[in-house]
Amino acid sequence: MTTKEKYDLAKWAMQKALEKGAQEVSVNIFSGVSSSVEVRDKKIDKLEQANQAGMSVRLMVDKKYSVHSTNRLSNKNELARFIEEAIAGTRYLSEDEYRTLPDPSLYYKGGGPDLGTCDSDFEKVPPQNKIDAAFAVENEILGTDNKIISVTASYSDGMSSSVMVNSNGFEGDTANSYYGIYASVSVDGGEARPQSGWSESSVFYNNLKVDGIASTALSRAKRKIGQKKIASGKMTMIVENRLAGQLLGPLLSALNGSSIQQKNSFLIDSIDKQIGSEKLTITDDPFIPSGRGSRHFDSEGLALSKRGIFEKGILKSYYIDTYYGKKLGMEPTSGSRSNIVLSTGDKSQEDIIAGVDRGILVTGFNGGNTNGATGDFSYGIEGFLIENGREIMPVSEMNITGNMKDLWMSLIETGNDVYKNSSLRTPSLVFKDIDFSGL
Amino acid sequence: MNFSRRNFIKTGGAALSGAIILPPFLKSCSNIQLNPDVKNYLEHFEVSAETLQKVIAAAMSKGGSYADLFFEHKISNRLGLEDGKVNRAYSNIDYGVGIRVLNGEQTGFAYSEAITSEAMIKAAKMAASIANEAKNYRPVDINEKQPQSYYNISREWEDVSVEEKLPFVQKINDRVFELDEKVIKVNAFLNDETSYVLFYNSEGRLTYDYRPLVSFGVVSVMQRGSQIENNYSARSFRKGFEWLDDALVDELARETVDRTNLLFDATKPRAGEMPVVMGAGGSGILLHEAIGHTFEADFNRKGESIFSDKMGKKIAKDFINIIDDGTLINNRGSLNIDDEGNDVEKTYLVKDGVLNSYIHDRISASHYGVKPTGNGRRESFRYIPLPRMRSTYMEAGPHSKEDLLSNVDYGVYVDNFSNGQVKIGAGDFTFFVKSGYLIEKGKLSRPIKDINIIGNGPQALADITMAADDYLIDNGTWMCGKGGQSVPVTCGLPSVLVKKLTVGGTNA
Repeated sequence: MTTKEKYDLAKWAMQKALEKGAQEVSVNIFSGVSSSVEVRDKKIDKLEQANQAGMSVRLMVDKKYSVHSTNRLSNKNELARFIEEAIAGTRYLSEDEYRTLPDPSLYYKGGGPDLGTCDSDFEKVPPQNKIDAAFAVENEILGTDNKIISVTASYSDGMSSSVMVNSNGFEGDTANSYYGIYASVSVDGGEARPQSGWSESSVFYNNLKVDGIASTALSRAKRKIGQKKIASGKMTMIVENRLAGQLLGPLLSALNGSSIQQKNSFLIDSIDKQIGSEKLTITDDPFIPSGRGSRHFDSEGLALSKRGIFEKGILKSYYIDTYYGKKLGMEPTSGSRSNIVLSTGDKSQEDIIAGVDRGILVTGFNGGNTNGATGDFSYGIEGFLIENGREIMPVSEMNITGNMKDLWMSLIETGNDVYKNSSLRTPSLVFKDIDFSGL
Repeated sequence: MNFSRRNFIKTGGAALSGAIILPPFLKSCSNIQLNPDVKNYLEHFEVSAETLQKVIAAAMSKGGSYADLFFEHKISNRLGLEDGKVNRAYSNIDYGVGIRVLNGEQTGFAYSEAITSEAMIKAAKMAASIANEAKNYRPVDINEKQPQSYYNISREWEDVSVEEKLPFVQKINDRVFELDEKVIKVNAFLNDETSYVLFYNSEGRLTYDYRPLVSFGVVSVMQRGSQIENNYSARSFRKGFEWLDDALVDELARETVDRTNLLFDATKPRAGEMPVVMGAGGSGILLHEAIGHTFEADFNRKGESIFSDKMGKKIAKDFINIIDDGTLINNRGSLNIDDEGNDVEKTYLVKDGVLNSYIHDRISASHYGVKPTGNGRRESFRYIPLPRMRSTYMEAGPHSKEDLLSNVDYGVYVDNFSNGQVKIGAGDFTFFVKSGYLIEKGKLSRPIKDINIIGNGPQALADITMAADDYLIDNGTWMCGKGGQSVPVTCGLPSVLVKKLTVGGTNA
């Protein structure tokens, strides 16, 4: 579907919903294509291709709210009936005085620069190049090491686009593309069969990195041979840059309007309070060129701006959408995240490790969770014991346990090694006095 | 199952209003003799038997060894309650066909959201390209397979209006508030889902399934002084509207309030290795993570699992029997056919302590030269099937729960979980304990909460030194994720004593 076809269908559906009795309507039409190639043992193991489209309609009918989606778009009569039935069903719900479309003055009005989120040459990548890329990744390490049990390499890509129209005057469209390379390697480690994966991704095909991925996965898997748990104790924790998002997630979730209003947050009434250490400075920046979370407007159509979330540990801003803003009596700021940028320090991961007397470098999480209401957390980890600035041995089958507020207060250093293939742009992080459980 | 009147497609909206239904589509025209049940499914998807054969021929046109078509139409509805009112409803319709071609162990896959000859043949040709020799596929005769019936229901969700469902969601809110004055917020939901499945493969097998699924749950948020805690309670089955009643509302309301109350005085255990008594029911998460995933034969076929060379070997005490079962009546993990059209079964993974079977899909069963176990599952027509669990549980053991506890000087008792995970190769698995108790000198003492427990699969299995006689299936809303695909499952366990696991906690 072209963007124009999407707008036409969205406006038709919006009109239909208004005719049939909805007072406010938001329609989203989306489509996407994706493909992937996975290779093993010099053969294609899986070849997949997908092509999809769908519609989602948000309705406000006599102050009652519902959302309906379907992927059956080809028959207008059927779609009209779908909308009609949706409106009829909505009338049975209870009224919700807080549900409205956003204030139109807050909408994105267009005219922003290209954020580099979509490769316009997406359709031009020859299928054979994709297959070749996957084989090239596998080839890099096949037969290079007798410890290898299994290598899986894959190429994947996708492009999605959407338009949104709101009945009080918003129109906007988005387009995103991605290309990804992944390698997973299992090695013989005696009883255990350590496995490690490594990946790279890009928005543009020409920026996709293929070299060094399988060899990184292999060396990371081999480094795990002989993993053991060590004695429980309080130690310094260094978290690898691309994993830091796992600890950041619960902190950011606690800032959502829904979490605050539903009392499922450990950061209620915390604006301008010291929540983390001075090292915790986080900015939400929607406008980073080719950032994985870059966008001009959010899922409601609200125009976005760059804003401070934490400044030297002090909480500056929540994530408030129109609905929870009304419930909480707060101004909407956008209910969702764009690019999360952590302020960086000046050391590489290597230099950070060199300065640690005794600690654990965490290179993998394994399960665990956080209690959203209290911030209590506990996660499984694996990684390496550090003593006197050096990696001593691989560790696994251990847990870290604590409370999110204490954790972020104990952030003592951030690295200079930002991971850019995610909307959570995190460097390596260092925390002191973390409770590890092992033996 | 009786399906004769169901020769039309309904939308999710129809279920919302319960009033309007779409007119029948044109009947497919067919000169192949089929029984009325399967004919209804062909009409539902607007395909003829001849079209199925034509699409399979296109799928096999480049020399594939096998091909299948998985048609699916899923209608989902959700009613939500927040701040005292049922003030949100969601519905979704997903419709399409997944086309898979195998060339030995290699897979080509494409799906189409349009079920027309032209769109399907295009997708079939794409999937066919996993093989690359021109071959003439000789069509086989259609072989109809009547599915089993593990989930008979009386009120189908498509025929139930919002008006009928809504009072149960409202009642659970009111009941939770009645039960305890510390309650400050309640969130409740009712999800229902109906899937129509039609399956056809290059061996001629033509079969179908009608899959209802319902989940009903509630979160209570309670405050004592400045401390706020919440907990969750839910049930899920392949049952119809007749399942909802006031007794269920009361049971869930009480359970969530009791579970939340437990958290106010909960502490954290000391960090480190200790004995763990897993309470009957939800503790089945131990089996799911510690051994279930590592028994999935795709990992073993590639030599990636820590159990890859353990078939026929003794891996647990004699009294341990572990089963993965797709045949439990009305169970959330049960299926009348798996997503590769195979019969499901009750599969003994561990029999009398010996590793007896992996969890197979078609590819792995053929690799190992065994009969498929009916574990080929997929999230939807958009995905390829993989070996997946259904309901995974351990049979009752010879001990009593009191025996288990009395063997522990200091340890933890756990029975309420939120999630788990496993690393297939290392065998390290974890589960997150929402609540439980400390065990001190053989007795339950203070409650504990929010801790992760980590262990190693083969070691933990060998360390199950006692199992009680209180086997129980947990009918919570368990969702299992693998390879980016989620499928509904359940798990169960009698109370067991695991000699030692590493428990998250604090260091002195």
